[in-house]
Amino acid sequence: MEPQDVDKHPIVHKLREWNAPAVAEVMEFRGEITVVVPREHLLRVAEYLATEPSLRFSFLSDITPVDRFPVEPRFEINYHLVSLDRRERLRLKVKLTGSDPVVHSVTGVWPTANWHERENYDLFGIRFEGHPDLRRILMPDDWEGHPLRKDYPTEGYR
Amino acid sequence: MSTTVETVIGPAQTMVLNMGPQHPSTHGVLRVILELNGEMVVKAEPIIGYLHTGIEKSCEAKTYSQAITLTDRIDYLAPLSNNLGYCLAVEKILGLEVPKRAQYIRVLLTELTRCASHLVWVGTHAIDLGAMTVFLYSFREREEILKIFEYLSGQRMMTSFFRIGGLALEPPPGWLDKVQRVVDSLPGHIDEYEDLLTKNKIWLGRTQGVGIISAADAIAMGCSGPMLRGSGVAYDVRKAFPYSSYDEFDFNVQTQTAGDCYARYQVRVAEIRESIKIVKQAMQKIPSEGPFRAEVPGIIPPSREEMKTSIEGLIYHFKIFTEGFAPPPGEVYQAIESPRGELGVFVASDGTAKPYRVKFRAPSFVNLQSLPKLAEGRLIADVVACIGTTDIVLGEVDR
Repeated sequence: MEPQDVDKHPIVHKLREWNAPAVAEVMEFRGEITVVVPREHLLRVAEYLATEPSLRFSFLSDITPVDRFPVEPRFEINYHLVSLDRRERLRLKVKLTGSDPVVHSVTGVWPTANWHERENYDLFGIRFEGHPDLRRILMPDDWEGHPLRKDYPTEGYR
Repeated sequence: MSTTVETVIGPAQTMVLNMGPQHPSTHGVLRVILELNGEMVVKAEPIIGYLHTGIEKSCEAKTYSQAITLTDRIDYLAPLSNNLGYCLAVEKILGLEVPKRAQYIRVLLTELTRCASHLVWVGTHAIDLGAMTVFLYSFREREEILKIFEYLSGQRMMTSFFRIGGLALEPPPGWLDKVQRVVDSLPGHIDEYEDLLTKNKIWLGRTQGVGIISAADAIAMGCSGPMLRGSGVAYDVRKAFPYSSYDEFDFNVQTQTAGDCYARYQVRVAEIRESIKIVKQAMQKIPSEGPFRAEVPGIIPPSREEMKTSIEGLIYHFKIFTEGFAPPPGEVYQAIESPRGELGVFVASDGTAKPYRVKFRAPSFVNLQSLPKLAEGRLIADVVACIGTTDIVLGEVDR
């Protein structure tokens, strides 16, 4: 797909029509559409995608960050959405800086986000505002540091 | 006035009980903190992480091919499904086409994996609920499937048989006869298990109406696989987003509407039968001749013959096994239907020979999250049934 084709994608078109500033960038790689959403718009975009009758992205597969350290904005959080009856996938991406890795929780829209966000807080140190119970989930409670960050060594002493 | 617990300590008194982390019915090391009112579960809170080994972090330090061996160890009851998910993701990022023969063999083996995994499930779940016999039978049949894996790859469990671009080896002669023997005998054995369980009064009493989750809740909690289909949602990645030529196979998505433990049991048993159907079709489709992996110089290792006879083959062999290969920068998410649900593999490449980030969307991890929904308000004995039908593998939950 050429860049102009991506912009014509029905989901992107719908999102722009609904709220143009909510779509910062659209990318396409190997047939997967990624919509980059500014942090302050994430919650409203999530609500819109989940409830809009013609989209119905009711199923949140996964939330996974990528740490681009030392590049800023350092964190990219990917939300993988599925529309069960329309058989379509969409990836939302939110970029966060290393000094302020905070984003609004989407647990209110997709309750399954609870553990995904806890995992990302645990392993990446990203804080999710409005999360009902943001604690470590995989690492011990008294663990220091966030192991999946790129400045955290794979082996040896920290 | 009669002396009951309520008259002595008052109605609001609850007790906190630690179930696990060492408890046979948790199938690994899962700890559940239960708040009990008498025998009634008021609150259940799963605590996980005891098996966390940092597989995703380790993947970042390995080349794309080396990371395959780690994927086996995530869901150790369905290693080939993990191999497939990871290989498909890397193949997607490379834009690689896998030969049809390899695709069909992959389908056949992952469906046998599904049978093996469901057989372990039906056996262990029955033990949890006090039916010892089924376990002995189902492990016997599972062993026959594992023998096929051993015949092909040399390993019963951690096979690492799927490689990027196809398979590790040319399947040895006569392997399809062994598969034929298993698919001939397995349906009869499943009838045996069903004789023991399906209409068993105790079994019905322990599973029917226990651990109910509605379709809307299951979707909201991100459940997938038999957890979701037991609640009546016909979402199967093999049908919804076909991969590895699944669209060429004729099979039905098994659903039940009750959403209880019994419904999930029925779905899994029916899925074994559907898998056998797919295996039979795959046996018809697999051509006896043809490449078992793609031929892409510099990415897919050349054959032993070529490596020993041509200078290019030798150089590529050396380069692939020393420095690996570098896919173009980009990110992909590839989902497959593992025995437990949607296994998603997210791979981010930065254009070097090692994956920049690998994430496994483990179905057990997400399904386990709805355990409080299943168990709260039920008896403490039902917690075991609820954990059992969630079909968690702790290696996958914790990664």
